[in-house]
Amino acid sequence: MASEGGYANASEYIQHHLTNLTYGKLEAGSALCDGSTLEQATWKVAKCSDEVNGMGFWAFHLDSMIWSAALTGLFLLFFWRIGRKATTGVPTGAQNFVETIVEFVDSQVKDVFHGRNPWIAPIALTVFAWAFLSNLMDIIPVDLIPYTLELMGVKFQKIVPTTDPNITLGTATFVFFLMLYYSFKVKGMGFIKELSFTPFNHWVFIPFNLFLELVGLLAKPFSLGLRIFGNLYAAEMIFILIALMFGGGILIAIFGGVLQISWAIFHILVIPLQAFIFMVLTIVYLSQAHEDH
Amino acid sequence: MNFNATFIGQIVVFAIFVWICAKFVWPPIMEAMQARQKKIAEGLDSADKAEKDLELAKHEAAKKLQEAKQEAASILEQANKRAAQIVDDAKGEAQEEGKRIVASAQAEVEKEVNAAREELRGRISELTLAGAEKILGSEVDAKKHSELLDKLAAEL
Repeated sequence: MASEGGYANASEYIQHHLTNLTYGKLEAGSALCDGSTLEQATWKVAKCSDEVNGMGFWAFHLDSMIWSAALTGLFLLFFWRIGRKATTGVPTGAQNFVETIVEFVDSQVKDVFHGRNPWIAPIALTVFAWAFLSNLMDIIPVDLIPYTLELMGVKFQKIVPTTDPNITLGTATFVFFLMLYYSFKVKGMGFIKELSFTPFNHWVFIPFNLFLELVGLLAKPFSLGLRIFGNLYAAEMIFILIALMFGGGILIAIFGGVLQISWAIFHILVIPLQAFIFMVLTIVYLSQAHEDH
Repeated sequence: MNFNATFIGQIVVFAIFVWICAKFVWPPIMEAMQARQKKIAEGLDSADKAEKDLELAKHEAAKKLQEAKQEAASILEQANKRAAQIVDDAKGEAQEEGKRIVASAQAEVEKEVNAAREELRGRISELTLAGAEKILGSEVDAKKHSELLDKLAAEL
């Protein structure tokens, strides 16, 4: 597992584990890894943290995006294949598993969302599967995949998409767009009215109400995205810190092993819980978007 | 940990995934489950109905059996009655016949007796006449004494 062999010190080890594989636009004049300066703006994969930090907004975390898309894509492919040949008779094996999850999500949606919208349940299922599978990557020993890929020449690798705030906030923002869409679709101008006249139903308070309600509205995607990010980032950090112990002699390494196992077991609770919270809040927010107050 | 275009990428990719899920993944699974639900509900319904039918059929069968038993019993009773009647009738007839035979036999006997008596009476009168002839030693004029003789015969 982890050894400090390749790193100057613990801080560099941690820093390396927290750096994404980034593909982005380096502006002209930024420093390159070999110490030279870039002459004209180029799109490239960052080779070291200096280059990563030199990239502005126009950069993509390849690892987060690919893992996130691959996991969600695998889930969709698996469910699609099962669903395509789903029998209405006695279900067996994989179909049972798939139906259990679908049933679970559907019952959650039915509990919270009382309108008729066939899109809500698939949205909830996708959100849940994405969050759960992404979180699940945290169980894989921190060095296993990054180190293997490093041997193959990939410098950076973060395999847990939900430890990337871009990803979690991206999903949360997608949910936020859906909230806005359904609010306007269901309530039309009533949505603006709702924002303007609550909590104080008087025209004098319109600016105050708007300010209050907009903050409340914007807080939803932020809290949604940052909650799962915070939980998973902290857990990942602890795994990295525990992994550091493996370089500290046999006794500390054994102690580290015990700690890693206990933290992993505890983390098994956190993984579905955070995915579940993300899904339920998505349903609740979308449900609020459909309801008149 | 920089905030960058990954954010936009995730929104786009995730939107596509949600669309795929809602269009191709969710509906067939849900349809299969609902179809099964319906099938099970129908199955339970028909099982209920079959049970009720069975109950009804059992009831019907029991009723039929009861009826058949009653009918059999009544037929048996009638037959018994009829048999008894026939026996009675036969007995009566036999008795009557017997009586009749006895009566006719008696009548025959009586007739015979009467005939015998008549003959006897005739003979007696003849015998008496012959005896008297012998006693008197003379011929009795049958014509003369026939009145007397008849009287005598009648007394015998």
